[in-house]
Amino acid sequence: MANHEIKDTKRESRVIQSRILIAFIGVLALSAILIARLYFLQIIGHTHYETLSNNNRIDLVPVPPVRGLIFDRNGEVLAQNFPVYTLEVIPDQVEDMQRTLDEIGQLVVLTPHDLALFKKSLRQRPGFERRHLKTELSPDEASRFAVNQYRFKGVKLIARLQRFYPYGNLTAHVLGYVARIGPRDLARVDAAAYKGTDYIGKLGIEAYYENELHGQVGFEQAETNAHGRVVRRLNRTPAVAGVNLHLNLDIKLQEVATRVLDGRRGSIVAIEPATGGVLAFVSQPSFDANSFVNGIDTRRFRELNESEDRPLLNRALHGRYAPGSTIKGFIALAGLQAGIDPAQTISCYGSFSLPNSRHRYRDWKKEGHGHVDLKSAIMQSCDVYFYRLASKIGIRQIHDTLLPFGLGRKTGIDLNQEPSGLVPSPEWKRRSRNQPWYPGETVIAGIGQGYMLVTPLQLAVATATLANRGLYIEPRLLHSVEDPQTRIIEPVENAGSSYIEMKDSAYYDRVIAGMEAVVHGPRGTARRIGAKSSYRFAGKTGTAQVIGIAQNEEYDEENTAERFRDHSLFIAFAPVEKPRIAIAVVVENGGSGSRTAAPLAKEVLDYYLIDRLRRADLDDEESIGIGSTDTTPGSVLRGGDQQIPYNDSQKSGDTHTVPHWDLKHAG
Amino acid sequence: MQAKRRSAIDPSLLMALLLLSSLSLVVLYSAGGESYDLIWRQFVRLFVALLALIIFSMISPDSLRRWSPHLFIIGTLLLTLVLVIGYIGKGAQRWLDLGVVRFQPAEIMKLAVPMMIAWILSRRSLPPGILSIVLASICVVLPAVLVILQPDLGTAILIAVSGLLVIFLAGLRWQYIVATIGLVMAAAPLMWFNLHAYQQRRILTLFDPYSDPLGAGYHTIQSTIAVGSGGLHGKGWIGGTQSQLEFIPERSTDFIFAVFAEEFGLIGSLLILSIYLFIVGRTLVIAFNARDAYSRLLTASLSLTFFFYVFVNIGMVTGILPVVGVPLPLISYGGTSMVTLMAGFGIVMSVNSRKHFMA
Repeated sequence: MANHEIKDTKRESRVIQSRILIAFIGVLALSAILIARLYFLQIIGHTHYETLSNNNRIDLVPVPPVRGLIFDRNGEVLAQNFPVYTLEVIPDQVEDMQRTLDEIGQLVVLTPHDLALFKKSLRQRPGFERRHLKTELSPDEASRFAVNQYRFKGVKLIARLQRFYPYGNLTAHVLGYVARIGPRDLARVDAAAYKGTDYIGKLGIEAYYENELHGQVGFEQAETNAHGRVVRRLNRTPAVAGVNLHLNLDIKLQEVATRVLDGRRGSIVAIEPATGGVLAFVSQPSFDANSFVNGIDTRRFRELNESEDRPLLNRALHGRYAPGSTIKGFIALAGLQAGIDPAQTISCYGSFSLPNSRHRYRDWKKEGHGHVDLKSAIMQSCDVYFYRLASKIGIRQIHDTLLPFGLGRKTGIDLNQEPSGLVPSPEWKRRSRNQPWYPGETVIAGIGQGYMLVTPLQLAVATATLANRGLYIEPRLLHSVEDPQTRIIEPVENAGSSYIEMKDSAYYDRVIAGMEAVVHGPRGTARRIGAKSSYRFAGKTGTAQVIGIAQNEEYDEENTAERFRDHSLFIAFAPVEKPRIAIAVVVENGGSGSRTAAPLAKEVLDYYLIDRLRRADLDDEESIGIGSTDTTPGSVLRGGDQQIPYNDSQKSGDTHTVPHWDLKHAG
Repeated sequence: MQAKRRSAIDPSLLMALLLLSSLSLVVLYSAGGESYDLIWRQFVRLFVALLALIIFSMISPDSLRRWSPHLFIIGTLLLTLVLVIGYIGKGAQRWLDLGVVRFQPAEIMKLAVPMMIAWILSRRSLPPGILSIVLASICVVLPAVLVILQPDLGTAILIAVSGLLVIFLAGLRWQYIVATIGLVMAAAPLMWFNLHAYQQRRILTLFDPYSDPLGAGYHTIQSTIAVGSGGLHGKGWIGGTQSQLEFIPERSTDFIFAVFAEEFGLIGSLLILSIYLFIVGRTLVIAFNARDAYSRLLTASLSLTFFFYVFVNIGMVTGILPVVGVPLPLISYGGTSMVTLMAGFGIVMSVNSRKHFMA
């Protein structure tokens, strides 16, 4: 114990020195661990970590393609893209958010709505993500902000392309619209192809030709830093812009057809018989497609959706109506096919009864039409003649004759969700209602009532087929596609066509003669519109009952509520010999076909044949649009048209095919 | 200390230190986004630190030993003061604002604690008796606890390690060492629950950094990617994508080694490690040859603590140790710790220059 008082320096030295040696060994051991670890990371794991490092820094940034434009047949733009400016903010890079918002508020209008949405997004998403502060800045606002951009760290002015429909209301039911992509759209399409794309076609042409319009997404390999900001572009696969679509639609005709409806509920569809090209496709009322592009607000949507006039309903495509007397020409064809003699007359005393039945099927004309043959039955729209005809030939003959004309089946138009309509048959009734077919149902089918339901489009297609003397051509909205780079326009592949064979091809001429008499004949139901016509055309009026009328009751238009009045229909094609246009007009609750629908159809025909086509002929030399030269539409047809001699003159570019008006309106 | 005006500077040690400091400037230029401002400030600090080295090298070990208890008491009082009227910065109370300068009393303790323990143990003959050990332990634990309370776990560990190393170097019997380790293991669960949530998370993510890749594991993941992607030769100066694109957090301070390893590869890493090993080896030689127990204990402790810094920092950057706030000595950007380190090397040089007088 005493020893401890005197320090043994030698021993102490040994103790500490040995400990220092031990410590040094420890240092070497730990260093070895570090070196081993470095060797493991930098040599053995190098490839792995290099990959991770590259994944970190190299980002595939999608480059969205420019959506294809849509033009009408004369090169008028129907859907375009225009740049809109959006203010985007990355909150993490903003030093003083409130001050920044205040100062931006002095340059651009920030509504309380904008601010509320923005503040909500501040709470909901991480601060390094960009979010919108304001979309659709006015050009003034955009330039004001651009000049002051340097003052705002973390705030960026982004220009992107937004869809715009110059004819908003006019084209909504044809073009449809694009809207922001939702999760459901992404489930439907290849999500990778839509990286960076904001919009997708939801309806109409925009939806049907989505693939063509959308184009191909491009990619940019970009070096990004830890905050996701692009530092440098490494290499890029450019986006391929969507193709431009040129439609058969004539926007001027569409405009006229919309105008003549004058706010009434209804639909007008016009088709170029030789090509199946849809010239006009009107459904009224309509809506502004532009309001859907960035999401329509709930209140306005509810207004549209719940309106009694149903502006969102595409009547031309989805509206299903009893064809009424417009069907009589086709019933007549069925009769001719079944072997009836067109010259044989029957006596019409105002009603028809089936044998062993007391039920009277009334004619629209109380006193009857007297003695009528096929032609005059069509001309005067004699119900009794067709009651009798229908019950004689039977429902199956009617069904089998009507179907190939596109009635009661999908026409094959280039729009999604086309309904088939209905031309009834005993099989159908058994299948869907499990009931037998009653002879009385055949009787009323003869005048287009009962179960029969057709769409305005189907009526127009059937009329065009009749105008073609049996050549059925699928209706097409799309005429040709244009490569946006090379500007080369290529017509789309031939629309499907088929020839509807009759026992005698003269049957068509018989029916057409009847329909011509409807407008030009002395007792034609539409003689008022035919009388002053500068060209000859064929038509058929139709008045479709909306409510049933009891046996002994009179239909009294004056005292029937507007929504229960008859639908007014009219079909026509013109000129008779070399048809350029076939049209179907439906005016809901418009009353009689001859009084309401027929004059509207005449206005449209006049405009197209006199104002449009004549001008096109005059401008032939410097023709700009596709409607003015017939070479391209002809090429769509080729093959099918060989059977129709009248088409040859059109194909050869001879557009002076309408002598009646050509003479009167020259100069 | 009076008559000896001859230079105390050890040339080879100084060269190594300057080499490291220059490397620091080179890496900082890259890590700090090519900012001369940063370089300039680091340069000024280096100048101050070298001044401290020279000043401390002129103080004789005898004076240091006499001042040890006073310095320790002052330091402990300041630490307490920090806690009481602590200046709140970054949510932790570490700084003392003296109007002219702000400094961390914990930095004083990095020197004061090993000095104090060396003073306590060198008063009696070695190896130390139980009384000395208890006293020394108290002098280690007290300041360490005060620093933990700030809370600054990294510095507390360094302070505790520097003191414990002195006790070890003094010849603490192996049975005590084994017993202490056993005790610590037993107390570990208790300590665990006293750690802050973020400290716990750091330790947990060490075992599985990818369990929280954007949170606590982010630092480790990104720094190991940086080191690993550097490969043998590195991506070249200012060529490190992990560092230049800001994937490495705190890349000019605690994680600067990741930048270095990414840009200069294994070759660079081994170079820097050899410089460190040279410094440690050289200072241990000086300690080995020192003239008295106090000088030996203090010098060896400073040397080993320096290595401990290096090991913990590189271990943390390469993902084998939890993320604790320990800078890479002499290379990380930061003021006080560099001055303290250089002052420590000043002491080492002073010891070196006086080795012949009694040995």
